[in-house]
Amino acid sequence: MFELILFLILLVLGYGFGRWAEKRHYRSIIEREKTLNRLPAIASRIPPEKGRYRQTLVMGNTVISVDYFKRFLAGLRNLFGGRVTAYETLLDRARRESLLRMKEQAAGMNAEMVFNVKYETASISKGRRDTIGSVEVLAYGTALIPEPASASDQD
Amino acid sequence: MLISNMEHIPGKRITEHLGLVQGSSVRAKHVGRDIMAGLKNIFGGELKGYTELLQESRDEALGRMLQQAEAAGANAVMNVRFSTSSVAQGAAEIYVYGTAVTVE
Repeated sequence: MFELILFLILLVLGYGFGRWAEKRHYRSIIEREKTLNRLPAIASRIPPEKGRYRQTLVMGNTVISVDYFKRFLAGLRNLFGGRVTAYETLLDRARRESLLRMKEQAAGMNAEMVFNVKYETASISKGRRDTIGSVEVLAYGTALIPEPASASDQD
Repeated sequence: MLISNMEHIPGKRITEHLGLVQGSSVRAKHVGRDIMAGLKNIFGGELKGYTELLQESRDEALGRMLQQAEAAGANAVMNVRFSTSSVAQGAAEIYVYGTAVTVE
């Protein structure tokens, strides 16, 4: 009986806090994406020919966990099959947040764009009853920082 | 030392390839953080402790790769790639590798 009550409490807590945290996170992601739109992140491997650039590696990482309620939903999905939307939003949030952090680092260096962006995903707390639990997403790329015009004239 | 994950550097010429350099680091977090992460598994949201941990670990792996590149006499590392794998529960290995080169 006690276990059932605990389970229900955890479900309600997970549902409430999880929804609240997700909404808040999405709001902040969308807002920051708007401001960082001026800094394109491109997956192309070929850098632009024009202009002289200094380049540095930039990266951003995030570890995000799903809440208890969503994990329960995903468990149910395992019975019936189909899209596991609970985890889709988790990975979407992690990817977008990582890309934003990478862009923020690049923006701090006055970069013009980020090239050759790659993603790397890893599940962290693996092994605990085979649940995904939390994922880490790393986004990395090469930031191109325009060099002052005077330096390029000398060459 | 120049680090880049592109295959060539615009405006610069690669004079010498010095082979693959690599760095890795395995880290686990202390119990306090584990407990906090356990709580976060109920409520959902970002695990800041883990984010920091992996960031530190990645910096260390990068540092080791750079040391190796310096020892080889390179002044740039190109085509850098990251990879992560969880070795055991609560520990993650970060692996960084790239090509050491000298550029003009």
